[in-house]
Amino acid sequence: MTVVEQRPAPPAAPPPRPTNRVWALLRNSWRQLTSMRTALVLLFLLAIAAIPGSVFPQRGVNAERVTQYYQAHPELAPWLERLGGFEVYASPWFASIYLLLFTSLIGCVVPRLIDHVRSLRQAPPDAPKRLRRLPQNADFVRPGEPAEVAKSLAGGLRRSRFRTRVREGEDGVWTVSAEKGYLKETGNLFFHFALLTVLVCVGFGHWYGWHANRILVGGSDQGFCNTLTQYDDSTLGPRVQPSDLPNFCLKLSDFEATFQSTGQPKTFLATVQVTQDNGPAETRKFTVNDPLRLDGANVYLLGHSYAPILKYTDRFGVSQTKIVPFLPVDGMQTSEGVAQFPDVNIDPKTNKRDSTLQMGFEGVYLPTAAKDGRATSTFPAENNPMLYLTAYRGDLGLDVGTPGSVYSLKQAQIHSGDLKNVSGARPHPLKMGETWTLDDGTKLEFLGTRPYATLSIRYDPTQGLLLVGAIAGLIGLMLSLAGHRRRVWFRVRPNADRPNVDLPDSARPGGGTLVEAGGLPRTDYPGFSDEFKALVKTAEEGTS
Amino acid sequence: MAELSNQLMAAAVLTYLVAMVCYAGEYAFGRRSRVGRAALRPVEAKLLVGAGAPVPDDIVVTEESSPPPVRRDRGELVGKIAVGFNVIAVLLHLGGLVTRGIAADRMPWGNMYEYILATTFIASAVWLGIVLARPAVRHLGLFASLALVVMLGAASLIAYTPVGPLVPALKSYWFIIHVSTIIIGTGIFLIGAVPAAMFLIRNGYDQGKRRFPYTLGKRVPAAATLERLTFRLHAFAFPLFTFGALIAGPIWAEASWGRYWGWDPKEVWAFISWIVYAGYLHARATPSVKRTVATWIALIGFVTMLMNLFGVNLFFEGLHSYANAG
Ligand code: HEM
Repeated sequence: MTVVEQRPAPPAAPPPRPTNRVWALLRNSWRQLTSMRTALVLLFLLAIAAIPGSVFPQRGVNAERVTQYYQAHPELAPWLERLGGFEVYASPWFASIYLLLFTSLIGCVVPRLIDHVRSLRQAPPDAPKRLRRLPQNADFVRPGEPAEVAKSLAGGLRRSRFRTRVREGEDGVWTVSAEKGYLKETGNLFFHFALLTVLVCVGFGHWYGWHANRILVGGSDQGFCNTLTQYDDSTLGPRVQPSDLPNFCLKLSDFEATFQSTGQPKTFLATVQVTQDNGPAETRKFTVNDPLRLDGANVYLLGHSYAPILKYTDRFGVSQTKIVPFLPVDGMQTSEGVAQFPDVNIDPKTNKRDSTLQMGFEGVYLPTAAKDGRATSTFPAENNPMLYLTAYRGDLGLDVGTPGSVYSLKQAQIHSGDLKNVSGARPHPLKMGETWTLDDGTKLEFLGTRPYATLSIRYDPTQGLLLVGAIAGLIGLMLSLAGHRRRVWFRVRPNADRPNVDLPDSARPGGGTLVEAGGLPRTDYPGFSDEFKALVKTAEEGTS
Repeated sequence: MAELSNQLMAAAVLTYLVAMVCYAGEYAFGRRSRVGRAALRPVEAKLLVGAGAPVPDDIVVTEESSPPPVRRDRGELVGKIAVGFNVIAVLLHLGGLVTRGIAADRMPWGNMYEYILATTFIASAVWLGIVLARPAVRHLGLFASLALVVMLGAASLIAYTPVGPLVPALKSYWFIIHVSTIIIGTGIFLIGAVPAAMFLIRNGYDQGKRRFPYTLGKRVPAAATLERLTFRLHAFAFPLFTFGALIAGPIWAEASWGRYWGWDPKEVWAFISWIVYAGYLHARATPSVKRTVATWIALIGFVTMLMNLFGVNLFFEGLHSYANAG
């Protein structure tokens, strides 16, 4: 690991103005912020700050659970709300930690980058005076002139991919300096810059992305086009206008689902007709884990279920047909839903809607009803489809401004008595194709069902770049963790002159060149002594 | 097959226990390991020239000396037997995993129970590899096998799940890539906590502490050896975990759920673990931070890993369907 706390001093303050406390304070704070200790503290704060988001329900993850939490802890919840406890990762305190961390990161890596570029362009430094005091050292004698030997040693080091520099000193003494492992720092910088890229991409993705959800019922009469009004709910990034949405239309032409005998789903496959930019329709298939990728939007299959087709014939013989998606409440697709008919029983003579004669049907749909008449499905495919409905007559309350769910009747209307149960306490069972005649002679016919798919439509413009950044970061990380920076020096001098190298004479047969070698691992590198020994061995044998 | 898998796992746990007892025997009766003794000879401080490698001064730098002439003693023999049992246990463990995979006709990591089996297998296999390559660290075996037995026991007590097929959401090749890399990374992190803890104990012992946990340090390898082993394991696991949890995971999440990152509890805790381990690597690379402090960070990382393995699955409800306990 390189020494990290020795950053180059920040550019000295302009002509010293000792009175300028503010400047000094700023400079000191900046130094503090970019120190490794601060970075460590910030990293920890970030880890700790992330914890509450897994403990409390998060609005961005599951808004319904937040509502439940409000009901369960009515006193605590508003406080949590004020502290951002339901939106931890969008809260100012979470953002301030990571923004500080990334500021620290920039302050740390930019000087390192400059340093590194400088060291990449400089030759390895000259040999220290006393090579024998280095952690690794050796001496040997080789035949030949110092200049030649130095060149040959340098050649060998270059072949081992060391950056090498040969210097001629005084008295015919030559030194060879070599350094290797620059990739470690390169990789490390690469990694940290990749982190910055990732953060920037996430930010831009948030600004320029959008997403929406929609239930798409099968059939060519049930398609939709990509406009906000067509969605059950949608979220646009702050920089996206509704008119920016790409132009495409989807129709679900087929939905296949297969199941294990236990009822666990095995495969899903949605087939759709797509038109993009008013072009020709094309047939595309997609499934879970394999979304439909369009220009500027991706369509993900999140789930599926059934939409019963119900035909109501009113007391004037006028009939209306509705296809109403029921929402599954368990893995066997027991589904709940409601069919509302506000515009029925209109007397053709007056052509006036009678708000006491609106009809609503609420109940469950069981794709495979049990024989014992339990109100839960026993299998998710339609083996024995059955609809259990309760009929209500009266004012559905749809004209009042309060928004309601399209999957249940307005409870307030039932409580107030404006909407009355007209079919008794037990829900009425209906098989496919059956007709139910109500107390007033009007009829409800269960014509069949259509499959529907729950779709999430999303676009995140920076996703691809993000992936590139992440992979680049990983490569940098591996280089950084696997690399070792080290330096090797050789000092070469004629064997005849006797410097203060205390070798016994026997080890120095006359003539030739005396070579001293020294090695210094600049990062924690247990294998260095082996590498050094091997280098010295080849150097000694002169094969280099 | 599923039955066979359960029996193999039971046999594996028993064999780990036997190995553990043998390791304990060696630990109690054996000579002090040679590395242990070598540690008492501090190597003279090295003179560093220029911007040299910093050696933090809170640990005694030692070198492993070449083994002194070996005198076979009973402790040594028991230790070898322990390793033998350990090999058998790992094979049984592998058998348990493979038969489980065959029974389910897929990779054996489709639910929390299997995930823990696979992770502990990696931990165990890596540990065995270390022992075989460097017998000097064998004295850690007691602690390594203890950790494994506890985790396997916990897995079968609180997380056992009968063999079942995968839901469509898990049917993707990312299932193999994402989960396997996380399992390998996690397994190595888990086993890395053993030398980390022992380093702290040994270091305390070397500094003259003689209270309970430190007394365990008497017979374990030298502090510097343990510290380096800790770092190597963590440095190896970190990129794997990064790839599995922070690259492959988001790629799959994008294809499956439509967003690459959504702060699902599992994602939150993977993020926390990652941050903590990054903190460890930074702390270790910073000369002014003591190695003991850095190692404590690694142990905090271990706690977050346990949270990932058990806690998240038991306490929180998220999108990771395999996270649902039994
Ligand atoms: C978002 C937060 C950060 C993360 C996740 C992160 C992650 C990492 C990782 C995983 C390494 C390991 C590579 C290695 O040990 O060689 C590393 C190294 C390093 N990081 Fe960071 N980092 C972050 C922020 C910072 C900051 C703010 C600084 C500066 C204050 C910094 C300075 C360094 C340095 C100097 C190294 C090199 C250590 C060495 O010499 O090996 N990092 N970083």
